[in-house]
This record gives sequence, structure tokens and C-alpha cells, in this order.
Amino acid sequence: MQELDQVFVNAKGWLLSLFPIGLRPWVSIAVSVGVIAAIAPFIMMYLTWLERKIIARMQNRFGPTRVGVYGLLQPISDGIKMLIKEDIVPRGADPLLHILAPILSLAPAILLFAVMPFGRNMIAADLNVGLLYLFAISSISSYSIFMGGWASRSKFSILGAMRGVAQIISYEVPGVLSVVAVIMITGTLSMVGIVEAQADQWFVFTPWGIVGCLMFFLSGVAEVNRTPFDMPEAESELVGGFHTEYSGMKFALWYMAEFLESFAICAFTTTLFLGGWQGPAVPFWVLGLLLAVIVATGTKLPAPIRSVGAAAMLGAAVLWRTQVIPSWAWFLAKTYALVFVLVWLRGTFPRLRVDQLMGLAWKFFLPLGLVNIVAAGIWWSLRETPWFGWIASAVVLALSAWALVLANKPEPLQPRTYIYAD
Amino acid sequence: MNSQTHPIETELLEVSLGPQHPSTHGVFRMNATLDGETIVKLKPVMGYLHRNHEQIGEGITYIASFPFTDRLDYFCAMSNNFGLALAIEKLGGIAVSERGEYLRVIMAELTRLINHTAVTGFLLNDMGAFGTPLLYAFREREKILDLFEAASGSRMMCNYVRPGGVREDVPEAWLERAEKLVDGYPAFLDEFEKLLTENEIIRQRCQHVGILPKELAINASATGPLLRASGVDYDIRKVDGYSIYSRFNFRVPLGTVGDVYDRYYVRILEMRESVKILQQALKEIPTGAAISPKGLAMVKAPRTFRPPKGEAYGRIESPKGELGFYLVSDGTPQPYRYHIRAPSFVNLTILEDMCLGHKVADVIIILGSIDIVMGEVDR
Repeated sequence: MQELDQVFVNAKGWLLSLFPIGLRPWVSIAVSVGVIAAIAPFIMMYLTWLERKIIARMQNRFGPTRVGVYGLLQPISDGIKMLIKEDIVPRGADPLLHILAPILSLAPAILLFAVMPFGRNMIAADLNVGLLYLFAISSISSYSIFMGGWASRSKFSILGAMRGVAQIISYEVPGVLSVVAVIMITGTLSMVGIVEAQADQWFVFTPWGIVGCLMFFLSGVAEVNRTPFDMPEAESELVGGFHTEYSGMKFALWYMAEFLESFAICAFTTTLFLGGWQGPAVPFWVLGLLLAVIVATGTKLPAPIRSVGAAAMLGAAVLWRTQVIPSWAWFLAKTYALVFVLVWLRGTFPRLRVDQLMGLAWKFFLPLGLVNIVAAGIWWSLRETPWFGWIASAVVLALSAWALVLANKPEPLQPRTYIYAD
Repeated sequence: MNSQTHPIETELLEVSLGPQHPSTHGVFRMNATLDGETIVKLKPVMGYLHRNHEQIGEGITYIASFPFTDRLDYFCAMSNNFGLALAIEKLGGIAVSERGEYLRVIMAELTRLINHTAVTGFLLNDMGAFGTPLLYAFREREKILDLFEAASGSRMMCNYVRPGGVREDVPEAWLERAEKLVDGYPAFLDEFEKLLTENEIIRQRCQHVGILPKELAINASATGPLLRASGVDYDIRKVDGYSIYSRFNFRVPLGTVGDVYDRYYVRILEMRESVKILQQALKEIPTGAAISPKGLAMVKAPRTFRPPKGEAYGRIESPKGELGFYLVSDGTPQPYRYHIRAPSFVNLTILEDMCLGHKVADVIIILGSIDIVMGEVDR
């Protein structure tokens, strides 16, 4: 079943074989760039569709249904609408910066795709400093946000830009700290190296891994300005924050950047902590067989469901055992599961306040990140006796997290009493 | 290096929140002066929706003002009608039919359910939740609006209550429908509360934000849930005992701190009490005419209604506070003076005191917790 796994890699190899040897490196670059440039807008468009559909279901609505089956053409119609809208530059704004800002925000979002390992051998550039590249590129967005806010010459934009920069800078620190543990354990900054190091065990199944995973993911959510950390946009307070004064395609570019970055955050969380394109090392096919037996013998279920369910479980177990599921399917499945979590957060949580957000970064995430590095060290030094190392680092993390929660517990969170006058 | 320290010079930023703003609940404007994100001065600016309601009311018959009152607080058309009807009855000495009284109370309490559910949803929207609580609230609101439509023919602009009773009796099986809805309401409230009450983010955002001290609340003549959340026991249904409220068994929930969270929770508790009132009213409602003969005569021929010279003030506990209608008669079919005491307007005047020292984000939710409707503020 190697063919399916490597289908995209082989296709590229075939394409390259059509060209003379001297040209091949250049063609290879061009093909990678072309593929990323083609799929990035596609991913963004269908992320908007997914988000609208999922949130709609959470709110007892249907979401887009009118354009195409299940509203599948809605993103295209939105895109056309954005293109034909009037492009308004406010009076007094700096027109050059005003147009540069959304472009500067979109470019790094697409650049992030270069080090995204979509599958086995499916990475555009396997840099040996991949992680460094990730953080270097993703922090450019703070410039673009401030540029956009400043150039708009609007007070809401300035406020949003100020919040945005403060937030992105603050959350970069815990974001980087959470990854230090991964670098320590794997000894590499290369994305491919990190994924391959997780062949036996996804890092999320270690104590430091789960903490790091949550910290990285939440810092990422904060960096791409999504609820509950969408302070720079804060629709109900600042109208649109830094993009208040943007319309038409420029606005669409901001949105595109935001959605691509959220996708990238999910993809990199998958890569760093959830095993990337690796399937689970745990023999889950045993679980599949077990489920098949349970479903088949369940007397309360009607016969058709029993047979179909058992067959499905059996099929899943066989698929799993024979490892027929291609690596890119694993990667996309995990990434989209995280995207769902992102949308879920947006659908359920109200927004934090600016000071509370900063408090979370500096008073909770930062110390916990430092402790996490120590915990990873303990785990690593006790790797001869895995269970002991596991428990020791878990205890260290749990104690420090508990202490931090106690230290940061705000005073007002006491239970309230209400009296009745009769 | 110079050892002297220079304080960083900062400037205050004046921001005009509104009149076109997603969460000022209409065309309301706050001229806020910010130091960074902190509010140092805030001036409410009103009048963008002024439409001369009182002046118009002085040129038309008493009863012709009813459709206009629907547009005051467009969430609570039924209770607005109720207030004006009370004032006219006092002025003209009109008796109310027994069934009419019950129907009015039922409508007014259903309106309270609508208003409090919706305002909680809007409050969460102001807090940044992406519409989910609001849509849950609106799902329940639609069911009540269906009832209103069946009774009055209109979902929001009901124009239903008349001096002496209500315009017409409710259709067949309406009371059973209402009873079913009311009995199901506590389950919805439980679901709603599960989502919100213990939510850590909500508690952090709402608790100890926008505290309104008891004395200030009284001095500023705040009314409604805003006042009761500050711990003042003042509910016109109890104090004044207008209509037939004294027949029902219900309690008045009071807050202790007077912050946004208390206002939210007092509203939830008030809804539970409203459900109790509704259950009692729906059980006890008598049969008979929905409007008294004198009221009917007035409705049929509005220009024959010439109340004696004098004045009357009819007030109700509307969901937002004390809604009062002040009428002065000079013996003609039109009122000489027609004035409305709008709870939203009066409650809004203490906005600055609640907001000073808080962040921009807090101002939005404090405004949301006051519960204003611009139609009523500007009239």
C-alpha cells in the first residue's frame, strides 16, 4: 500500500522526470510553490464554510444552504462579492501602508506552509531549522497588524492594533517555551525529525507533552486572534479592531491570513505533539476488533445496525492493521480535528478582557512553561524506567499547575448569595 | 546617562463609541475619554432616535397612542400598552373586566420572560460570545412571540391592551398552549444557566465590574433589575400592587454586590418568579368578557371619551424598571400633557459612574447589563 501513501510524491517525481536533469531542482521548487499557492486559498475558503456550518449547528441553525449543495459554493460566491466591492481608503489614511498591511499579513501565513509536513516525504522544504523558521515567520504578523491599524487612521484601529501587538508579543513567549521541551527530547529543529521521533509514542501522551500541547495550541489561538482571545478584533468593543477600515478584497486578505494561520496552528500542533503524519503506535486495531465483537453481539441493537456496525469496525481494524491509511490522511484528519476544536471554542466562549489575557500569558503560561522544561528533563533522565519517569514528571507538573492556579485565583470568584424579599 | 527619570508622556484618547457601533444597542453614542484602555470620562449622547412621541400623543386621542407605545421599548410592547392603559383608567375611572386583568398580567409576565432572556443573550454577545447564547434565547423568544401573534395578530407590535381590559379575547386553546410553554420554561432556564452561570470566563468578566452602590442607585432613581441587583427591595408589583398582582404568590430576588453578574443573575431569578406568576394566573383565569363595557365603549368611539379635568400617573414594573405614563386632561378627547417616564432613559444616566476606572471592554458589558432599548430612551 505504499503507492497510495506516496501518490503525491510519485506524481511529482513523474512530473520532474519530464524535464532535463539540469532543470529539475528549479522545476521542483516551482511545483512545490505552485501547489502551496493553489491549495492555500482552497483551504481558507473551505475553512470559512466549515466554520459557518459547524457554528450554525451549534446554534440550532443550518448555516449556508443556498449556493450549491450544502452551501458548498458559498465561499466562491463570497469571494466574488469581496472582489466586486468598493475599495475604500479612509481620508487621512496612508494609502501605501494601508494596502501593504494585509499583503504583509497574508505572505507569512502562506510561507508557513513551506515547513508543514503533510505526509511522509511530503514537505516543501525540510529545513534543519524548521521550528525556528516557524516562529520567525509567524511573528511577522504583529508588524502587519500594527501597520494596518496605524495606516487606517481610526481610533478603533489604533486600539485594536495596540492590543494585537501586545497580545502577539506576550503569547510568543509561552509558545516558544512549550516547544523547548520537544527540541530537548528530539534534539532537532527539523519538522521531519520531530515527526519521526514520535513513531513510538506521540508526545501528547507524555505529561510534559500534554501540557506543552495545550500551551502551544492556546498560544497559537491567541496569536491568530480567535475567540476567546480575539481582543484585537473584538467586534462588540472595537467594531473590527485593526481591520475596521478595510473593505473589499483587502478585508478578504486579512481574513485569508487569519484562517490560514489558524490552519497552520492546528497543523503544527499536530506535527509537534500529535505525531504528525504517523498513525497511532498503539495497536488500536485490537480495539476495533473488540468493538466489532461487542456491536455484533449487542442484543439491544436492531439487526441491520449490528451487521453494518460490526462490518465497519472489522473493516477499520483491518485497515488499521494493514496500515493502508496513507500518512497524509492521518495528518489531515488530526489537523481538521483540531480545526473543529478551534471552531468549537469560538462557538461557545465569550471573550476575555485585555488584562486577564495578559495575566494568563505572563502569570500562568510562562511559569508553567519553565516548569514544563524541567518536567521534560525529569522524564528524559528517567527513561530507563518509563513508568517512574512518567509519574515523577506528572507529579511535578500537577503540583506546579495547582500552585499557579491558587496563586492566580482572582479574589472575586466567590459563590454568590441571593436573597428574596417577599 | 542622566540619572533623572522622566515620566513617559501619554495622551488621553477620545473615542466616540457609536452612534454606529455593533453593541450600543441602537443609535446610542458614548463619548469616552481613554487613558490607554481605561475609561477616565464618559458622556452618554442620546437623541439619535428621537421621534416626538410625547408631542404626537398630545395631538391625538388617548387610545390612538397605543400603537406608538409599542414602538417605545419594542421588546416589551405588551407591558408598554399595559402602562398607558393603567393611566387612562385612572384618569377616566374605567373599571377593568376580571378576565382582562388576568390576560394583561399573563401578557406582561410573558413579556418579562422575553425581555430578560433576550437581554442575557445580548449581554453575552457584547462579551464576545459568537451568538450562541443569543440564539438559544431567541429560540425561546420565538415561541412566546407565536403566542402573541395568535392573541393579537402581531409578533412584536402587539397593540393589544386597552383601557378596561384587552382588545379581544385570546383564541381557542391559547391558554393551554401558554401553559405548556410556561411549564417548559424552567427546563430552558436550567439549560441556559448551565451554559452561563458557572462559566469561568463569564464570572471573571462580570463579577466586580460596574458596581452600582445602593445609595447611588437610589439617588439616581434607578429602577428595575438594576436597582434590585444593588440590593434595594423595590418592585412596583409589590409596592404599588397595581392590577391584580397582590393575588399572586411570588418573591422579589435581590442581589448583594450590584455588579454585572448580579444583574444577570437577578434577571434569571426574576424569570423563575415570573413563571410562578404565570402558572398561577393561567390556572385561576376566569371566563367572561375580556373588556369591560365602559372600556369597550371607549374603544368603539374614542372621541367620545372626554375624561374630567385632572391628571393621572399610571406606572408598572416593566422588565426594564418603572415605566410611568403621566397624563393631564383638560376635558377634551386629547390629553393636554402626555409624558413618559422611561426606565431605560433614567437608568442610563448613571452609566458614567459605573464605568469610570474600567476598561473599554467593561463599558460595553455594563451598558449591556443596564438593558436599554433606544426606542424608549429617545422616544
